[in-house]
Amino acid sequence: MTSYMIRKFKDKLAFILSFLCVLVAIIPLGSILMEVVKNGAPALSIQFLTSPPGAVGEAEGGIASSIQGTLILIGLTSLIGVPLGLMSGVYLAEFGDNVLGRSIRFFNDVLMQFPSIVVGIFVYMLMVLALGSFSTIAGAVALSIIMLPIVARTTEESIKLVPNSTREAAMALGIRRWRTIISIVLNSARSGIVTGTLLSIARIAGETAPLIMTILGSQWFFAGLKAPMDALPLRVWRLALLPYDYAHQQGWGAALILIIIVLTLNVGVRFATRGRYTGR
Amino acid sequence: MSNTQPTNLKESAEGYKIETENLNAWFGKSHVLKEISLKTKENAITAIIGPSGCGKSTFIRCLNRMHELVPNARVSGKVLLDGKNIYAEGVDPVAVRRKVGMVFQKPNPFPTMSVYDNVASGLKLTGLRDRKKLDVVVKKSLELAFLWDEVKDDLDKSGASLSGGQQQRLCIARTLAVEPEVVLMDEPCSALDPQATAKIEQLMTKLEENYTVVIVTHNMQQAARVSDFTAFMYLGEVVEYGSTRQIFENPKNELTERYITGKFG
Amino acid sequence: MVSRTRQKMIPSMTSFSERNNKVLDKKTGWSGDRFFKFLAAVLAFSVIVILVLMIVELTEGSLPVLNKFGINFVTGVDWNPVEGRESFGILPYILGTLITSSIALIVGVPISLGIAIFLAEMAPSVVKTPLSFIIELLAAVPSVIYGLWGIFVFRFWVRDFVEKPVSTYLGFIPIFQGTPFGLDILTAGIILAIMIIPTVSSVSREVLVAVPNSQKEAAYSIGATKWEAIRIGVLSYARSGLAGAAILGLGRAVGETMAVTMVIGNAVGAAALPTSFFRGGQTMASLIANEFNEANPVSLHPSALIGVGLVLFIFALAINVFAQILIWRIVRVRRGAAE
Repeated sequence: MTSYMIRKFKDKLAFILSFLCVLVAIIPLGSILMEVVKNGAPALSIQFLTSPPGAVGEAEGGIASSIQGTLILIGLTSLIGVPLGLMSGVYLAEFGDNVLGRSIRFFNDVLMQFPSIVVGIFVYMLMVLALGSFSTIAGAVALSIIMLPIVARTTEESIKLVPNSTREAAMALGIRRWRTIISIVLNSARSGIVTGTLLSIARIAGETAPLIMTILGSQWFFAGLKAPMDALPLRVWRLALLPYDYAHQQGWGAALILIIIVLTLNVGVRFATRGRYTGR
Repeated sequence: MSNTQPTNLKESAEGYKIETENLNAWFGKSHVLKEISLKTKENAITAIIGPSGCGKSTFIRCLNRMHELVPNARVSGKVLLDGKNIYAEGVDPVAVRRKVGMVFQKPNPFPTMSVYDNVASGLKLTGLRDRKKLDVVVKKSLELAFLWDEVKDDLDKSGASLSGGQQQRLCIARTLAVEPEVVLMDEPCSALDPQATAKIEQLMTKLEENYTVVIVTHNMQQAARVSDFTAFMYLGEVVEYGSTRQIFENPKNELTERYITGKFG
Repeated sequence: MVSRTRQKMIPSMTSFSERNNKVLDKKTGWSGDRFFKFLAAVLAFSVIVILVLMIVELTEGSLPVLNKFGINFVTGVDWNPVEGRESFGILPYILGTLITSSIALIVGVPISLGIAIFLAEMAPSVVKTPLSFIIELLAAVPSVIYGLWGIFVFRFWVRDFVEKPVSTYLGFIPIFQGTPFGLDILTAGIILAIMIIPTVSSVSREVLVAVPNSQKEAAYSIGATKWEAIRIGVLSYARSGLAGAAILGLGRAVGETMAVTMVIGNAVGAAALPTSFFRGGQTMASLIANEFNEANPVSLHPSALIGVGLVLFIFALAINVFAQILIWRIVRVRRGAAE
């Protein structure tokens, strides 16, 4: 073999190997989706979706309280995390070209990659110990700490996409800077901001670790902001660890519901913004 | 070095709307406008011409305090609007910008708003909510901008869906809706085709009945067609300023003559 | 100066300009702008406040256990929460975290790099978007579902296709000792590898794309094949950024909790010392998840777990800061305020 042929061979090999890497990554995804659907679908029934968990060891019961819990958490967390993240993103994009802005941005990126269980411990100390009980609100606070950097980053990037000519037009009309930002710039950036927010919701909907030590989990429906509550990811975990078959099946069922929520948000958002471009 | 008033001016009861006195401007260390003292007539069109980089855009951006929005930009001297210095201590630049409106080179309608909302934006954001009054203003502004007939059947369609020339007229309507007294135009037709340009020039002539217009243009024929007075700028200074007729037919300064006859720029 | 009466738009209404005439004369509060900027700055600053608070709270919570055990906390291997015979040493868990993350990097980074190269350099554009989308979906799957799949499906794959054969032929080597069961350090490491692939591959891809074309073109001009051009013109230039991507993956792996705790076998104390791939283990994160709710609030146990959290926090912080610095250097995104 000439050295040229060897080089050509290596070239082809590189292509094949890198393509194989892609395949290797796709296989687990396919398996997960398949298994969740295969094992979870049989568990789904009206009763399953509308009743709270039964006593341990009993095959009756469902995940209604978990679904309710997840939805409540999503709502509460967004209430806290979205305005905070939005304003942070606004600051970084419009006023952030200075030392303060750069450090905030840096630590924002750091917080984004943080172990969520540590966030859980933090909120446990801050709120659970202080208030004396595991609570829904503590869970929401923990999740909003996870949500904040994501929303801030996507808001900043969406705002930066709005061309300067739009801002100039508004300023030239005699509109104040803050008015310009809120009514014109944010408006123009809204599809990017909404996308980022929905994706962050998908992320927190699946978070389990911080919930362990904040909302604790429960057999009952929502009992007030200061009481423990259940959520889908927590229930999946607890069910998976029980030694009963029915529990495992219920776990798959809960996982199916959870994955439907998460993937709908993810896929829906990407689909809706395909081909659309912000800002012009 | 620069003249303060146009030469060959017939005495009239009309006064000067915007005057600059020893106006200087910098971008950081770069001294872009040098001691400009210029008076522009009310209800007339004044054109600023000159080669690229002579400072004409910077000049009009000083007239509505947009220049200072650029980091490291600086201004000294006075700009008098109806005799009052807009750069005086305590003057709110936002209020200035409502009296002195601006149309930009590249049409920039607000991308997520309809035609109606674009025109109404300046009013809505300064507090006017009454739908009926808004309707009246929107219609009158679009009529003044020679755009009403083309959009009246579909005011809700997106501002960005109009053609380039229509977008620019939309921007003009938007500016007129807040009822400024002066309208500044920074090369408003340079991104447009000849038909669109002609329409806008037509509307400029109508505008000067009620507004003072200052237009920056690199198109000399446009300046000659449309304006009453013309100032020729070079390297940050006003070289010559007079009635358009005089500047183009009988320029007093050699530089002016060379620019007009196309020998440079 | 007499100005001709202008035609008003709405004759009955005072025009804005007229109203503003008075405004030009006196000082107006445009403090609205200043207040808004201040408000936005304060809210943006909350990120730093949160990080600082976390350090404070975690340290405060760990003090009891650190005071009692000092450096032994970090170097000891015994873990006994029973009152009267307490012993809290977290070395096994630190090692467990390091080993599982290392497995994750060794398996996951090459695959991620391969994906990044394929998507950035080799794939036909038709295929790029759908493929990258699918890889992103891997990131969307919640950790607990990875764990669920791990317990009931994946561990059998690992046990049957990797552990059993290796154990049969190489079982005499210490690190391969133990009956292959599937719920052990190896499975945990491989699942972590899968979970870090989306992060590492997408950041690597950004890094590769940021390399200026001129490098590749220079390689082509001297007659390189496609792969050689990539190797010479892109990979070597992007080295530090790719390292940053890998370290970011490490940061992710270190913090992963649920999937790990469900498949790692949950050993405690000295038994958790990672001696073999096929034995159960424990990471710092998985320990906390396992024991937090059972810890007796009036003992030192919670403080010990918070101490684990503190150590984990420090690890994660150091790794993430380091990774960010490496990445910011290569992907020099232009950050400027819009003004």
